[in-house]
Amino acid sequence: MSRHTLSVLVENKPGVLTRVAGLFARRSFNIHSLAVGPTEHDEISRITVVVDVDELPLEQVTKQLNKLINVIKIVELEDAASVQRELLLVKVRADASQRTGVLEIVNLFRAHVVDVVPDSVVIEATGSPGKLEALLAALEPFGVREIVQSGTVAIGRGSRSITDRALERVSRSA
Amino acid sequence: MTGPHPAPPRTPAPPAHGSAVVSPRSASVSAATSSTSPATSSITEQVTGAKSIVRSLEEVGAEVVFGIPGGAILPTYDPLMDSTRVRHILVRHEQGGGHAAAGYASATGKVGVCMATSGPGATNLVTAIADAHMDSVPLVAITGQVGASLIGTDAFQEADIVGITLPVTKHNYLVTDPDDIPRVIAEAFHIASTGRPGPVLVDIAKSAMQAQTTFTWPQEISLPGYHPVTKPHAKQIREAARLLATARRPVLYVGGGVIRARASAQLRALVDASGAPVVTTLMARGALPDSHPQHLGMPGMHGTVPAVAALQKADLVVALGARFDDRVTGLLSSFAPDAAVVHADIDPAEISKNRTADVPIVGDLREVLADLLPELAREHAQHGKPDVEAWWAFLSGLRDSFPLGFDETTDGLLAPQHVISRIGELTGPDAVYVAGVGQHQMWAAQFIKYERPNAWLNSGGLGTMGYSVPAAMGAKVGQPDRTVWAIDGDGCFQMTNQELATCTINDIPIKVAVINNSSLGMVRQWQTLFYESRYSHTDLHTGHGTRRVPDFVKLADAYGAVGLRCESKADVDATIKRALEINDQPVVVDFTVSRDAMVWPMIASGGSNDLIEYARGISPAWDRED
Repeated sequence: MSRHTLSVLVENKPGVLTRVAGLFARRSFNIHSLAVGPTEHDEISRITVVVDVDELPLEQVTKQLNKLINVIKIVELEDAASVQRELLLVKVRADASQRTGVLEIVNLFRAHVVDVVPDSVVIEATGSPGKLEALLAALEPFGVREIVQSGTVAIGRGSRSITDRALERVSRSA
Repeated sequence: MTGPHPAPPRTPAPPAHGSAVVSPRSASVSAATSSTSPATSSITEQVTGAKSIVRSLEEVGAEVVFGIPGGAILPTYDPLMDSTRVRHILVRHEQGGGHAAAGYASATGKVGVCMATSGPGATNLVTAIADAHMDSVPLVAITGQVGASLIGTDAFQEADIVGITLPVTKHNYLVTDPDDIPRVIAEAFHIASTGRPGPVLVDIAKSAMQAQTTFTWPQEISLPGYHPVTKPHAKQIREAARLLATARRPVLYVGGGVIRARASAQLRALVDASGAPVVTTLMARGALPDSHPQHLGMPGMHGTVPAVAALQKADLVVALGARFDDRVTGLLSSFAPDAAVVHADIDPAEISKNRTADVPIVGDLREVLADLLPELAREHAQHGKPDVEAWWAFLSGLRDSFPLGFDETTDGLLAPQHVISRIGELTGPDAVYVAGVGQHQMWAAQFIKYERPNAWLNSGGLGTMGYSVPAAMGAKVGQPDRTVWAIDGDGCFQMTNQELATCTINDIPIKVAVINNSSLGMVRQWQTLFYESRYSHTDLHTGHGTRRVPDFVKLADAYGAVGLRCESKADVDATIKRALEINDQPVVVDFTVSRDAMVWPMIASGGSNDLIEYARGISPAWDRED
């Protein structure tokens, strides 16, 4: 099994996420993470799915996704040719005695403290899944009280845009 | 392909919409359009949403709707009563309406339409929709939904039918804005009938039916994510032709896609040009006439020995609109082990799904075959025709040694295979034969000779018991001049025979042959073979020497149909002829047959095709003939 990141451009219509997520479950594909959001075009949303599958099942899942009427385009983003980021919010125990140590780590990882109370802080960090994993490991000794993490979002490197042609399709068929 | 979708023009004359609406795989993206209709000005009418539904169905060319009214769909039934272009047939159960629409679609190639109310009405359609999904039947289901403000409140007769049918539809819609009605219905018909056909459900809130709206036609279709590839890739076609022209042991593995693509004529041309043997799957019976000398019959679990052997021993399998179903391949890892695979299908997801294709071809089979033919001729001109004589000698030997056949019964009761053979022989190839699911289905696939596409209807993928009677009803509505036989089992018949009422009341004179072995025969066969003849819950008490609950002759009579019973071989022909003479009423013939008859040949579920048994304990040893 290997990890793959798919960018799925879909029509911005109700129920589309259900169709996509349901397809993964129905065809026995395991979603590692999922992120959905708007794009530069009102009519298109972008779903970033990270899946653990072998090469052949990946081809099958891509083909099945393409059959969904609301799916406009699917692109696999290779690690090396794309920027992949996650957002992490983590609440860490940090009283006066620990705070300096926690802040040192925050600075080291170029993260931010977004909330402070006498006995804890909330840290915001973005980065590759690997970096966030390392940050969490570094914070662990202080006492991690709560974690919330987004799915991966990813974009291809270079000047080419995967939405360009999809946009043409939408505007021409509108 | 990505250009603007031409608006569907009006389709005024019924003959025009027939072919136009449905032309399922036209390269153009026009939905519900008729190239034959003149450029008419567009229509704009101030109507209720309900009326807009009926007007949309009229303009899209729907001729028949099978349905049942209820609370949430009630507003639509009012204008429907006045429509002179859409005939509504009141069925007795929504599942029957769904199968009837599928039978209509399969017999005619047009889009079948069914209608139901919210909640239980809609959920009753689910089996029929799932059935159509598995067998790629163009179907549009219109369901009423509770009013928009009530959605999500667990209102009376509310069910999330869009959610429920998500995995079993090609696409579905929830409409709450009445202005969307004509566009959604136009899109639904377009999606159902183009590319790989399938069912589309349109769920419409009652509030949208009751609101005032503007009905406009034609409709612009906006489907940026939907553009089926119909034109095959030239390079792949050349490669397929090269393989077919050089293979020594080729076989054409023909699936139901050939029938859905209306590519029988093109298939015939390829068969003749290639000289290759052909097998037609359960869904493809009739795609090539059974009388064609290169036709080896049906492959798969209950296929003929030569058809199964042809696949197992082939060096080239050319799959045309087939999907390598487990019932055909048996144990996948041992299926056609020496063969290169050319796989042509309109659905890219079918290619290399189960068996990796060496030459994948995505396209409309009519175009694929049309393109393949001249390439094959070019190959033949360059390199001569391949020598397939040894191959044919091997297959002909198997054909002679292992013809389809059956043993006479030992209990004095009718042999079901004999009954079904005689129905086919006495009725002829122009009729439509519609089976349920089980032993009788397999025998009907084996022992009736099909000479044309759309003459054989059955539930292949989902295996829905109860398909036969309602689907036969739909087929008869679509093809009123053809004799339509429902070949049913006593188990299946009891699941949906309420539609006999619909047939009688609406003058739909189908003929039902109940192959009555007083049991759930296929399950019983497996119990005989794999469960030491422990017959757990397969006795139905309907046959000879039982209490006959129910008595199918009396049941037919109660439904206003003619009920006949046949219990001896001497009476079989006369009874069938009597049934064929009755054309003003449905006929039900109760053929009480032996329950010990079994379907042969057989490959045990999950076993290798190489282990096919011609009859119990008899396996052809084809390896030694290599």
